[in-house]
Amino acid sequence: MANMCPYGRFTHAVVRGIPETFGTVAGAGHENGENSVDLAKAQRQFGVLTGALRQKVGLQLIEIPPDPELPESWRIEDVAVIQGDTALMTRPFKDQRRSEVEAVRRVMSELNLTVVEMGSEEGGSGGATLEGSDVLFTGREFFVGISSHTNHRGAEVLADTFRDFAVSTVPVCGGARLKNICSMGGPNAIIISSSDGAKKTLRMMEQLTDHHYEMLTVPEDSAANCIYIKGPSNVDYLLHRTSDECPDSVPAFQKLPDYTLLPAACSEASKLGASLSSLCLLINRKHTYF
Amino acid sequence: MTTEAGSETEIKEKAEGSVAQPDQSEATEENQEVVNSESATTEGVEEKKEKEKEGKGISRFLPPWLKKQKSQGQVVPKETSPTKEVPSTQEEVGKVKEEEEEPAPELNGHAEEVEKIEEVKLEEFKEKEAESHSNASADTQPAKEEKIEENIEEIPEETKPAPEGEEQAEEHQQQQEEEKKEQAEEVEGQGEGGEEHPSIFQSPLRLVRKAKMKMVVCHVTLLDGTDFSCEVEKRAKGHYLFFKTCEHLNLLEKDYFGLTYKDSHEQRCWLDPTKEIKRQIRSNNWQFAFNVKFYPPDPSLLTEDLTRYLLCLQLREDVASGRLPCSFVTHALLGSYTLQAEFGDYEPDQPRPLDSISQLTFAPNQNKEMEEKILELHKSHRGLTPALADTQFLENAKKLSMYGVDLHHAKDSEGVDIMLGVCANGLLVYKDRLRINRFAWPKILKISYKRNNFYIKIRPGETEQFESTVGFKLPNHRSAKRLWKVCVENHSFFRLNTPEPPTKARFLTLGSKFRYSGRTQTQTRLASSLIDRPAPNFDRTSSKRISRSLDGAPVISITEAGRVSSPTSLTGAGNGREPTLELHSDSKSPLRVHGDNIYVRHSNLMLEDHDKTQEEVLKHQASISQLKRSFMEAPPPSPPQPNQWEKRLTSSPATTLRIQQQQGVSVTQTEATPADDANFSDTKELGKTTEVEIEETVVIQEVSKATKPAVVTVTASPSPAAPPQREVSEQEVKAAEEATLQEAKGGKQESVSSESESEEEAEYHPNVPSSISHTQIPEEKEEEEEEGEAEREQEEDKSIGNTVASQEAPLVPVEVSPSAEASSGEGEKSRTEGKEEGEGETEESTEDPMVTPDEAPNGHALPEEGITGLIALAEEEETPKVNGDASLAEAERRPQVICCSEPPVVKTEMVTISDTFAAQKTEIATKEVPIVHTETKTITYEAAQLDGSGDGEPGVLMTAQTITSESLCTTTTTHITKTLKGGLSETRIEKRIVITGDSDIDHDQALAQAIKEAKEQHPDMSVTRVVVHKETELAEEED
Repeated sequence: MANMCPYGRFTHAVVRGIPETFGTVAGAGHENGENSVDLAKAQRQFGVLTGALRQKVGLQLIEIPPDPELPESWRIEDVAVIQGDTALMTRPFKDQRRSEVEAVRRVMSELNLTVVEMGSEEGGSGGATLEGSDVLFTGREFFVGISSHTNHRGAEVLADTFRDFAVSTVPVCGGARLKNICSMGGPNAIIISSSDGAKKTLRMMEQLTDHHYEMLTVPEDSAANCIYIKGPSNVDYLLHRTSDECPDSVPAFQKLPDYTLLPAACSEASKLGASLSSLCLLINRKHTYF
Repeated sequence: MTTEAGSETEIKEKAEGSVAQPDQSEATEENQEVVNSESATTEGVEEKKEKEKEGKGISRFLPPWLKKQKSQGQVVPKETSPTKEVPSTQEEVGKVKEEEEEPAPELNGHAEEVEKIEEVKLEEFKEKEAESHSNASADTQPAKEEKIEENIEEIPEETKPAPEGEEQAEEHQQQQEEEKKEQAEEVEGQGEGGEEHPSIFQSPLRLVRKAKMKMVVCHVTLLDGTDFSCEVEKRAKGHYLFFKTCEHLNLLEKDYFGLTYKDSHEQRCWLDPTKEIKRQIRSNNWQFAFNVKFYPPDPSLLTEDLTRYLLCLQLREDVASGRLPCSFVTHALLGSYTLQAEFGDYEPDQPRPLDSISQLTFAPNQNKEMEEKILELHKSHRGLTPALADTQFLENAKKLSMYGVDLHHAKDSEGVDIMLGVCANGLLVYKDRLRINRFAWPKILKISYKRNNFYIKIRPGETEQFESTVGFKLPNHRSAKRLWKVCVENHSFFRLNTPEPPTKARFLTLGSKFRYSGRTQTQTRLASSLIDRPAPNFDRTSSKRISRSLDGAPVISITEAGRVSSPTSLTGAGNGREPTLELHSDSKSPLRVHGDNIYVRHSNLMLEDHDKTQEEVLKHQASISQLKRSFMEAPPPSPPQPNQWEKRLTSSPATTLRIQQQQGVSVTQTEATPADDANFSDTKELGKTTEVEIEETVVIQEVSKATKPAVVTVTASPSPAAPPQREVSEQEVKAAEEATLQEAKGGKQESVSSESESEEEAEYHPNVPSSISHTQIPEEKEEEEEEGEAEREQEEDKSIGNTVASQEAPLVPVEVSPSAEASSGEGEKSRTEGKEEGEGETEESTEDPMVTPDEAPNGHALPEEGITGLIALAEEEETPKVNGDASLAEAERRPQVICCSEPPVVKTEMVTISDTFAAQKTEIATKEVPIVHTETKTITYEAAQLDGSGDGEPGVLMTAQTITSESLCTTTTTHITKTLKGGLSETRIEKRIVITGDSDIDHDQALAQAIKEAKEQHPDMSVTRVVVHKETELAEEED
């Protein structure tokens, strides 16, 4: 189909900076009281990641300035699901986060993506929530993790938006988000945690898919979230957590043939339940139809 | 085996008979008549029974056949039985017969009557045959026709006993006539191309009465929106109209298509080609639509642009109507290809292109924006030919997730609305638009429905011990059945190599006998690969239709989709792995061991097809007689030699009989080898049989702890009759990619069933070859399921030894043969198992070859005999081949070639005793495996052999199925091999039936059935070889 091509081709990355309010839960004051979150460190890590995307991988980086009013706006992955020319603006679970969409929507429009609104489609029937970190797109189909943040209605909207693809729902076990336990590690490969919950989810995915994927199982949850990008010259880039953060899994990555590994730390964001992929939206504007 | 003695003698007679010329047979037939008349007049099943009981177990089942054969040598048909070696066995047989009284008598009566008829026509027949032989070009067909005629005439007589039968008989006649007509037509029409053999079109099942019946005009809406009117006889079957339509379309790759009609509830249903149209439509509304039934997962593999074009038309409509949902971009892209295909390059000069484009419907929610996008993309397609544009269209459409998915409304067990999607890969479960579950065909053990409930039984996952059954609620019974049928058909088409024969034995099956009757994807691909006609010209005129019919089509939603068509095809993505389903299971499945076996139990219930039963029975019998005839006639004239079966070595020119004692498994394998006829290549490598053979192995499983499996192998080779025919047949085969295959597997098979006739109907277990998944497709199961399962288990336990062997045996060929289909992981596993077992068996079987040589000399003084013996050896050794010894196989094959040159058939008897039988099974069996000491005998009948020197090509295992009743387990394996040689192609179909059963099983009956079925399935082919293996327990069994 028109939009179907192997996973991994991207031309743009959209990110949003870490606000000073990083670590505070929007609207909830300082109930976390987390001193443990190091803002500066988080920003450094963010910088490393974006730098890698731009300089190593060669993507055009679009950075949306941080908004202190939106402490979680850096988790930009949640607010849009992009496939091909279509960007579905999601409806995050938390009301406070829904305004994060606006800035992203503008960027999508500027990129000439077809923007689909989730809220409007559901016509206020309400209840539909969807966050991008619960969506795994494999290049051939979507898996939507039904989690505390994403419900069936949200998945239906996604299915309705991307009609070319099979959209399967899977329970998210062993992690708050689907993307926390698995991510794409190649055009045909899924990296998945070896935790029991992840295995359960994996079984369901295998059950539901018509396709066959290579599975790269890693012992640590944190390692299961990577960013795979196929570079301009067919170079396989894999951004993954550093060996400090997932010492047992890095060897597995190193065994990947001909991969260019780009370690990126994400310790601060992960304290808030995020991971590498949470920090960026990947877009492919060079679309070829076939 | 108790029946052994009887069968042996019978067989001999048979062989002789086959050898005998028609002239001889006449006299004998008279005698037979007398006998028959007696039996017939008395309605008297009992009398017959008694006679039979006297000692002829076989005669009963093979009445027509035997009688003919007998005719040669002797007047007394029934008396042959005395020859039985084992008296005790006779008694047993008698008992069995008594038990079986009901079914058996009927059969006998019919058969006998048939024989009478045969007599009358015998002369005619001869003449015709002569003609056919003389005519090189027309050959096989004429022969067929003649046969058919005979059948027709016979049939009426048969029906006499049963009042209902008459109608059916008429139908048969009609069918036959129709066939003839069609054949003639076909010949004419295709004379030019020569690609298709007329035989393709013949389907014995078609019924159309020329003169007598009223004609009705059918209107078929074609994919381009035009209407095709066709006059058909009122009682015509679906086949006829469909073929007419395809003919009109000039379509060769027609297996992907079908006709639909709207039932009284406005539901679109597929017209069953094997049933009368009138009975299906019911409303006297002779309106049909030509649609894609199976969406090819990879349209690029289609051979002809015409086929792709038709597929495009269907998909355009699917897309425009919303049945095939796709995104905006995809809509635009597909639309642009449509424009390119319909109008060619974008014309900038064209005034107001948007206006014209908006006349067309590309999407359910088409808007200006989309049209602009379409035009924009259209510009980029400059230079694409219509055919290429279609190809691109399909390449994009096939990737859509809903491509080829036939949706059905349903509710899950909790009453939640869902959609069930049937596709090439399996069954998909959607809730709204979300896929919430998926059951790949390999995971599905059984498909059934009961009332408005639809059930699938799921193979346990790796970590699970038990099967589980998932139930869905359909809106009503009709929809449940419709879904079931679609599943059956899609599973057969995409998952099997060969369609499963419908279960004809009503004794065994009470459930619906519905089965997919067409060619499978594998077959149709093979067939279409042989198309070599110049690309047909056709006009692309779909645009009108699109504009007019699709306006205002509803927006696609999963919910809406799925009514109209039951297409099932996949995007072509392979499922490498099998998803694991977590369900609770009720019962363990012993099958698991095999991995692919499916056990289906039909406890009772069958409904719609009930009326047909009678008809089918009649057909069956008719086919038997036909079989017998063909068998006899097939061999070139050679004097029948009275043989004493007991003596173990006898040769009759036309037939070769072998008796082997082997383990059941090894026997089966061995049989595969024998299949080679002269016509076919001898050089086959392991497992690769190049010839068209029909081998049926019947294994009878006994409930009693002592198991006595018998294997009957019937080999049919096309063009067995005469050398002249051979050419013809070859040609046929060639063109006949379609013909042979189709007939063999398709329409004709419908009528075929491997039945082991036992009055008890119990379970139907369609068995898929190891490489393929086995799915059971019972229509409705009884509530007794639990009981049934328990029984099943018992059976299995007892029979595991034998059953395993028998089941495995069929698998062996599979291993050897490269199957076009990609085998799933499971399949491979099972194959491996099979191989291992096979190897194990090989050792044991090795004994046989040794024995064989000795035996061969015994019977025959002639050098030919010696050769035959060699052949037998070769055949026997095939087993080893199959297992892995290529060298042996080849060496052995040579002798066969020699034999081929020499028509005379030699009978050989080999006896081997092995105790190791149980060894193999042990691994397989989940539970205790009974150890049985077995005695095996193999009897081989060889009919005429043609020179065959084809290069051996890998055979393809087309089908394997197992039918299990309480006392019987029947495994049928069909093997098709195609050989291209010097521009001639030969197709050999081997059918192997293994029947395992209790002591009561009548092997003769089994043999008769096997032959009958073989003949039935492949009317244009003849049975060249019949191999019977019998295993008898020698000693005590250990439980």
